[in-house]
Amino acid sequence: MALQAIAFYLMAAVTLGSGIAVVSAKNPVHSVLFLISAFFSAAGLFVLLGAEFLAMLLVVVYVGAVAVLFLFVVMMLDVDFAQLRQGFARYMPLGGAIAGGLAIEMVLVSTAVATNGAARLNDTPMAAGAHAPLGVTNAEAIGRVLYTNYVYFFQAAGLVLLVAMIGAIVLTLRHKPGVRRQVIMDQVLRTPKTGMRMVSPKQGEGTDA
Amino acid sequence: MPWIASITRDNPILWFALTFGQIVVITIVLLLVVAFMIYGDRKVFAGVQMRKGPNVVGPFGLLQSFADLGKFLVKELVVPAGADKIVFLLAPLISVTLALGSWAAIPLAPGWVVADINVGILYLFAVSSMGVYGIIMGGWASNSKYPFLGALRSAAQMVSYEVSIGFVIITVILLGGSMSLPRIVELQAGGFWNWNILGGGGLKNLPLALVMIPMGVIFFISGLAETNRPPFDLPEAESELVAGYAVEYGSTPYLLFYLAEMSNILLMSGLMAVLFLGGWQAPFPTPFTASWAPWAASLFGLMWLVLKTAFILFMNAMVRAVVPRYRYDQLMRLGWKVFLPTALVAVAIVAGWRVYA
Repeated sequence: MALQAIAFYLMAAVTLGSGIAVVSAKNPVHSVLFLISAFFSAAGLFVLLGAEFLAMLLVVVYVGAVAVLFLFVVMMLDVDFAQLRQGFARYMPLGGAIAGGLAIEMVLVSTAVATNGAARLNDTPMAAGAHAPLGVTNAEAIGRVLYTNYVYFFQAAGLVLLVAMIGAIVLTLRHKPGVRRQVIMDQVLRTPKTGMRMVSPKQGEGTDA
Repeated sequence: MPWIASITRDNPILWFALTFGQIVVITIVLLLVVAFMIYGDRKVFAGVQMRKGPNVVGPFGLLQSFADLGKFLVKELVVPAGADKIVFLLAPLISVTLALGSWAAIPLAPGWVVADINVGILYLFAVSSMGVYGIIMGGWASNSKYPFLGALRSAAQMVSYEVSIGFVIITVILLGGSMSLPRIVELQAGGFWNWNILGGGGLKNLPLALVMIPMGVIFFISGLAETNRPPFDLPEAESELVAGYAVEYGSTPYLLFYLAEMSNILLMSGLMAVLFLGGWQAPFPTPFTASWAPWAASLFGLMWLVLKTAFILFMNAMVRAVVPRYRYDQLMRLGWKVFLPTALVAVAIVAGWRVYA
């Protein structure tokens, strides 16, 4: 148990420290790197909770894909640091209010879970601190809940993502006239017969081909 | 290993010591294997070009990699003036840590895996998807044009091919119904007709070979792209970017990058062997190992894993030697327009087969 406690406090400290560093780092690339560190130690906290499936998904999705794109964009931006600093005082109250609201929400949720137990499954509240039944892996437990009780929400979330994806494609896809596009089929189907023409020009005349 | 569990049931310190010992042993063996793998790679490359390859240091040039290692280590470490020093030095460390850390979840022999996590395959996927950070950070921190271009290329390339690798892995998960790598290997027991590349279930699932063989090929090619191997070595294309993200690196940091790249190639080959070619299972039924001592059975299994991995490494070296480098737009087209739709259809077919057949 002591080992787990040490691991928890270590990773919680890293998460919080990186979270603060994300907003306080001067260089935006460093901010993103700290964000990655925060994601990663949050995944470690998930593992400690026994939610290894969620932990791996957090790393795959956020660290492996989302943050790479962040980094990609931030690296290519030409950021004016002085201008970035200017807005700090103006946005501070709003940011603080949102952070406070989230903190209150988290406290409320935690106390609710601590007193009333975790999620309701089939209208029977699970005891506080209860784990999935033995012999059922993490992924299986999530799958059972996701595809039975919450299948409509799950499908709705999928639809939202699909719409977002189509929207991104529609916004960026432009067919400019006059742009020559590569047609792979034509290139692959090209043979010596279609791609080559033999001419025998007379001496001193040349050829138009 | 089971015997470790039996010894260390109520002694966490002993458990820690034994696990730590395994990690140390595996890391050392891995580094030695990588050294000889580089030698073999160069020999194959040379053989294809009718050269002799490394043949001076040691018998048949076997110690060439160690000579190179010594040379890298004694060179001076140069950090470019405009570089972001911390990130510059952190990048190769991250690369090599991730590359070696992935081996924790690979089942090496019957019942022998350092960390038997029930989402082992996802762990590997997660770790390999983080591998891109070493390259991006190195390229950015160098504060130089070629490394930056190399880093951007590699970021786009690795993210793209990860998607198709993910879907290929899903087909394998669907075949076995488990995300634990030891379990996936166990299910492929009893001969090569039970391997996942042939449908993973004997004659009954043989029609799935029509789907799984292409999936194996996609995994192999995506693995090449993921590890920045030729013909997909655009992040370090020497004809365009000099050496890509590694231009400003020399000495030990470069050695770490090189080590990370090579052990990632080894990992991809090992993963291909585990996911598609039955891991440590022999290609024929092995009822006779039941009466063997556990260590003998383990060695027997390890031998098959090594043979399969070596075969895939050989294919890797041959591809490097005979295939010219891809153009960048063709690379992206291959990833997004060919592999991704194919893998998606394959996921649907395999899922349908699992439910209805």
